[in-house]
Amino acid sequence: MTMNPTFLGRPLILCSILAIGHSLHAQQQDLLGLVEDKTPKKEYVTNAFKSTRVIDGQSMEFLGKGVLDTRILHRFGLINSGANNLYGLDQANMRLGFDYGLLESLMIGIGRSNVNKELDGFIKFRPLWQSTGPHSSPVSIVLVTSMTLTTGPWADTSRKNFFSSRMSFYNAIIIGRKFSEQFSLQLTPEMVHRNLVTYTADHNDIYALGIGARYKLSKRIAFVVDYHHIVTGLRRNTYQDPLAVGFDIETGGHVFQLHFSNSLGMNERAFLTETTDNFGKGAIRFGFNLSRVFTLHSKK
Amino acid sequence: MKYSTLMLFCCLMGIAQAKAQEKFFTKQGTISFDATGGLEKIQATNHAGICVLDTKTGALQLAVLLKGFEFEKALMQEHFNENYVESEKYPRAEFKGVIVNNSNIPYTKNGAYDVQVKGTFSLHGVSKEVTSIGKLVVQDGRIQATSAFDVLFSDYHISIPGVVKDKIADHATVHIDCSLQSLKM
Repeated sequence: MTMNPTFLGRPLILCSILAIGHSLHAQQQDLLGLVEDKTPKKEYVTNAFKSTRVIDGQSMEFLGKGVLDTRILHRFGLINSGANNLYGLDQANMRLGFDYGLLESLMIGIGRSNVNKELDGFIKFRPLWQSTGPHSSPVSIVLVTSMTLTTGPWADTSRKNFFSSRMSFYNAIIIGRKFSEQFSLQLTPEMVHRNLVTYTADHNDIYALGIGARYKLSKRIAFVVDYHHIVTGLRRNTYQDPLAVGFDIETGGHVFQLHFSNSLGMNERAFLTETTDNFGKGAIRFGFNLSRVFTLHSKK
Repeated sequence: MKYSTLMLFCCLMGIAQAKAQEKFFTKQGTISFDATGGLEKIQATNHAGICVLDTKTGALQLAVLLKGFEFEKALMQEHFNENYVESEKYPRAEFKGVIVNNSNIPYTKNGAYDVQVKGTFSLHGVSKEVTSIGKLVVQDGRIQATSAFDVLFSDYHISIPGVVKDKIADHATVHIDCSLQSLKM
């Protein structure tokens, strides 16, 4: 049997390639590659928004487990009320609230607004968390349910007033996605049920669609927009869609949200059902949310 | 016939060479740092550091995913990843270098040996030549590698804003503790 030259050549070439390979191996450029696990891992997407609120409405973001967030919200008077009112700063309305992260995807909060002497409380839960890698999800889905209770004197004392008439309820599904390090967007189909309404023409149930977006201008400053379109349930000639635009400024444990909006309310029922000022006609107020977090229960 | 003999020879040569290289590794190295500047403790630990040591050449390489650093405070961890090391853009820190006095270390004998390490440290998109000292403890075929060194933030373009300057130190003191076992090739 005669040896085919190409048949002999092939293993020789292979041999020399292996030999070269080995000599390179000895000098060793990438040792880590030998042990590194290259399979992609599931990773949750974090920091879609700087705060757990876009501005007025809930965001897709959560507090860490064991973290207490003290929230002080202010909404001032109308800017176009003139210099004599210091462009609205004379009239300050506020809500003081406390939120707490029970689990990574479960948080609760309570608050009280001076407007209507109203108490509110909410539960927020994230059944689906945006992630990358295997079994990833392109969006986060967050459920929010809250209740409000007015504690002021009854508007009409001539009728029989029930305690339940003080209550209203809010439910929402937030569908949100962090598209890039800068840009996040969320849509919120939401509804408010009021046990008691002022006029017979008013509906008890209000349906709305919220749109919240943030664009990071720098590592610590972001531009945010929070708009809620009232789909049905409110008289169109009287009530307006709440719109707020502003900036999130983060410094260590604080987040300042400075914004301009047409709504006075600082809980969902209030800003969805009681906004009468027209943003387009200049009925705008300045406001801020101040958030300070404390780690009550540390990880270790 | 000749072909298969050659192949066998090549394979045997490959195995022999691989065996001769005594490599040690871990995937659960502990890497921690402290950057406390004020009253508030700023510390984090990562238990998933990868370390490979080639005792023949003295080549030493380390890598760690920055997202794996755990802080006591969730917000601190968030800020570390988002604002300081930007782990989305620069996911890992890496060291690739050599043990300078490798030829003096008897890896087959139990004992503790001081080592000088020299190489390139990469963090936050910046690579720098660094040197450090460390200790290798050889114990029954395992090697415990420890070292501590300072990482100056400004060297790696990690900026600390004015409002938190008094809370965060200008450097992090990094501790490395890796228990290496032999790598079967």
